[in-house]
Amino acid sequence: MNIVWDREIIALLAGIVGLLVLASAIGWVLAQRVQAESGQAVVANLNARVRAWWIMTAVFTAALATGGIGSVILFGLTSFIALREFITLTPTRRADHRTLFWAFFVFVPVQYWLVATHWYGLFVIFIPVYAFLFVPVRSVLAGDTEDFLARTAKIQWGLMVAVYCVSHAPALLMLDIPGYAGENAKLLLYLIVVVQLSDVLQYVFGKTLGRHKIVPKVSPNKTWEGTIGGIAAATLIGTALWWATPFSPWEAAGIALVVNLAGFAGGLCMSAIKRDRGIKDFGSLIQGHGGVLDRIDSLCFAAPLFFHLVRYLYT
Amino acid sequence: MSEPAIYTPPPRSRTADLAAGVLVALTRLVTGAQARWVGPAPGPEATQRVYFANHSSHLDALVLWAALPSDLRRRTRPVAAADYWDRPGLRGWISRELLNAVLVDRGSAQGGREALARLSSALAAGASLILFPEGTRGDGVTIGDLKPGLYFVAKERPDLDLVPVYLQNLCRILPKGEILPVPLLGSSTFGPPLRLEPGEGRRTFLDRARNALIALGGQP
Repeated sequence: MNIVWDREIIALLAGIVGLLVLASAIGWVLAQRVQAESGQAVVANLNARVRAWWIMTAVFTAALATGGIGSVILFGLTSFIALREFITLTPTRRADHRTLFWAFFVFVPVQYWLVATHWYGLFVIFIPVYAFLFVPVRSVLAGDTEDFLARTAKIQWGLMVAVYCVSHAPALLMLDIPGYAGENAKLLLYLIVVVQLSDVLQYVFGKTLGRHKIVPKVSPNKTWEGTIGGIAAATLIGTALWWATPFSPWEAAGIALVVNLAGFAGGLCMSAIKRDRGIKDFGSLIQGHGGVLDRIDSLCFAAPLFFHLVRYLYT
Repeated sequence: MSEPAIYTPPPRSRTADLAAGVLVALTRLVTGAQARWVGPAPGPEATQRVYFANHSSHLDALVLWAALPSDLRRRTRPVAAADYWDRPGLRGWISRELLNAVLVDRGSAQGGREALARLSSALAAGASLILFPEGTRGDGVTIGDLKPGLYFVAKERPDLDLVPVYLQNLCRILPKGEILPVPLLGSSTFGPPLRLEPGEGRRTFLDRARNALIALGGQP
């Protein structure tokens, strides 16, 4: 699909670059000012995060610039790596080997091929129906019944979270919205900006104002102050960006709120998995952030909701 | 004891050089293998060492080899089973030209003696070695008893650092009996080196070496 580079998408991208310049400047000043050793570690991590944001923004924009196919490939690779991180930390058994091979080399490519060819009908059921039924069948043929249900569920959940849910982000490009033809890239950008800013703002509010923990057993860093402040601020930003979307300002507020709540839920559920496995991060690919799955945990839950809200209300 | 020899690897064609680079990149990509140095990280000097690791997959030798810094890698020879690696075609070419492997017969007592002779001549030439002292691939969970080969090496060269390396997840990436790998994330953890203590017996030493692998993440 062709992407129209109108003033609005340029404005969105310019806004992101502006934010990153600001973040880099703040990071630079903090690096000069902060003397205490513990503070320096926080600042170093902050600056690593900002650098990683620059790289992620550059990659994402480059993918967007190639038109739809670049974004589909980028999200496909993201899913592949996220699934890799998920399965690595989820114990499977020898008998699951071939099932996993199917998951990585058949289900991931097919799901994104369905996105690329705009085959909506199969896209929404391919993993929840066909892959879900195939996974236990392939594993049972290997003849190992130990932990059978748990093993099956782990692979299914990996496919669901890392592949199916994430694929709804580039699937925004397949929607036919009257009066918005060729402009869908802005919806994708809008979703990513709102979800990721919500993460960043929850982190910032949490670090500065956080007092009361929400679920200390799951995630000691999530506080009521940080979560409410971050979600409220990200919802305001989502509302203020209504001009880039087919939404009215009030609609944008409602949709941004839903997306941010879903993102929060995603972060919490993925934290629970990490806590259960006794790890802090899913990987170490992105400097300062952890793994790919650590970065996109909120997107996993937000993307399908956003996709279906837009599809139901605007197409 | 004579001056330690500096190992000169056999000359390699440009094609083989390039292929070795591709193999390293491919191995790192497929196994996502990260090298972690719990013990002292290797310095710039290519010190002769013996790396010994747990064994659960045909990928093991390749992954450990690829995890080494390039100047060390060129001077490090995996000790590999001839029955698997000494085959005509691609596998044989990789083991001879790219890995520069020391191929040994396992099994027969006679083969064992010849294998040890090959190890000592490689060590005498100054090469570093990669050993899998369990001898055969384990189940990937527990670490089996170590074969005496490591002890003979330690006894012959008490001046060398023996570096324990724990390879994780490779048995999930390419288990026994499978041909196609599943690209999970593996890792190689290099532990603090050990040496044969004066007067240390075979059993004690091999247990200590096995415990070093367990300390890096293996299960007893």
